[in-house]
Amino acid sequence: MIDEGLKSELQKQGVYVTSLQELYNWGRANSVWPLTFGLACCAIEMMAASMSRFDLARFGAEVFRPSPRQADLMIVAGTVTKKMAPLVVRLYNQMPEPKYVIAMGACAISGGPFKQGYNVLKGIDRYLPVDVAIPGCPPRPEALIHAIMTLQEKIRNQDLTGPNRPRHLNADVEGEYPVPVYGKHDLEPPKNSEVWHPPMIKR
Amino acid sequence: METLEQIKSRIESALPLTKLDILPNECPAGERSLVVDAGRGLDVARFLRDDAQLKLDYCSNVTGIDWPEAKIKTKVKKKVVVEGVEKEVEETIETLRSGHLEVVYHLYSMELKHGPIVLRLRTENRADKTHLPSFTPVWRGAEFQEREIYDLYGVIFDGHPDLRRILMWDEFVGFPMRRDYVDPDDYEYEPTPHDEVLDKAKKHYSVEVKTEVKPEVKA
Repeated sequence: MIDEGLKSELQKQGVYVTSLQELYNWGRANSVWPLTFGLACCAIEMMAASMSRFDLARFGAEVFRPSPRQADLMIVAGTVTKKMAPLVVRLYNQMPEPKYVIAMGACAISGGPFKQGYNVLKGIDRYLPVDVAIPGCPPRPEALIHAIMTLQEKIRNQDLTGPNRPRHLNADVEGEYPVPVYGKHDLEPPKNSEVWHPPMIKR
Repeated sequence: METLEQIKSRIESALPLTKLDILPNECPAGERSLVVDAGRGLDVARFLRDDAQLKLDYCSNVTGIDWPEAKIKTKVKKKVVVEGVEKEVEETIETLRSGHLEVVYHLYSMELKHGPIVLRLRTENRADKTHLPSFTPVWRGAEFQEREIYDLYGVIFDGHPDLRRILMWDEFVGFPMRRDYVDPDDYEYEPTPHDEVLDKAKKHYSVEVKTEVKPEVKA
């Protein structure tokens, strides 16, 4: 690893030094291609974020792909019903690594106003590893832009080696997530225990 | 448009042996409805659509109601003579209402620009006799809404071309909009629970949290 002081000194002399990790992460962070995929009203804000007024293109994330095979980022924008949840997980499985998930809005995080309903999944984090969660009902386009910048920050700081390396560089980790099936009253299983645990409440 | 009484009497003269009731409505809007005998429902629907003065060609809305068995308390004012003086005394009467499912249709006429006429059909009970005639052959627009009522309330529409669940998945058992439906207990986390949610939360905090401890973050 090159010393930071030496690096800036070399830069003043017109020599640019970087590491492969930085270069790799720089490339990935600046072309995050989201999946064209909306579930409810949050998707309207997502569309607004990609249009001229808010201009998501400034951050390299404007290329919404209509196929999971070409997308890096899944923005879960809206209420995930239990009928839709297996399809969301299947779409995620079809995306190539490295891939990321943003849970946008109260419904995608926790079920939101439909939390006590019989038909709504109480947060997509029960089945998928969520990288960034945006609160709001719906969140403003600025919030989505902030979430994408947060994700970029996360990608830039990822280690390519060592115990914290991303999933796609770890051969021991399963690539696909189990798709839940429709049960008699609920999805089976109701959660992916590898991803999600009920939160501890201290009283 | 004619009054509901006029329509009722015209239906009864056109279709003998048809039993119709006018359901009063005490709310400010005062929109009354026709309670139609399920056996003659299809004939009444066809009459309302084809009659030259009504031409109710548009079924704008179909919805369901679940009426479980219940004790209804009604207050009746009674005149009682107490010690030679006539007094008004309130008396409560308890009646047992049998449970049934109800389907409500809102009909309009696009051609004559009037409406709505509200029709109500009732099943015999909530358990096994939940059949009603489908009005989809009369108003095609009722198809998805009748499927929704079948899905959520369990009313079986005879004569419907494609009676399947529409909102819930096909493997789903039960009818979630009925009053006695017990929904799945899957919202453990609640920062400020109260009432029945508190009872549910207590169950989870004692069982789930002890058995499942979040593991250390690994690669």
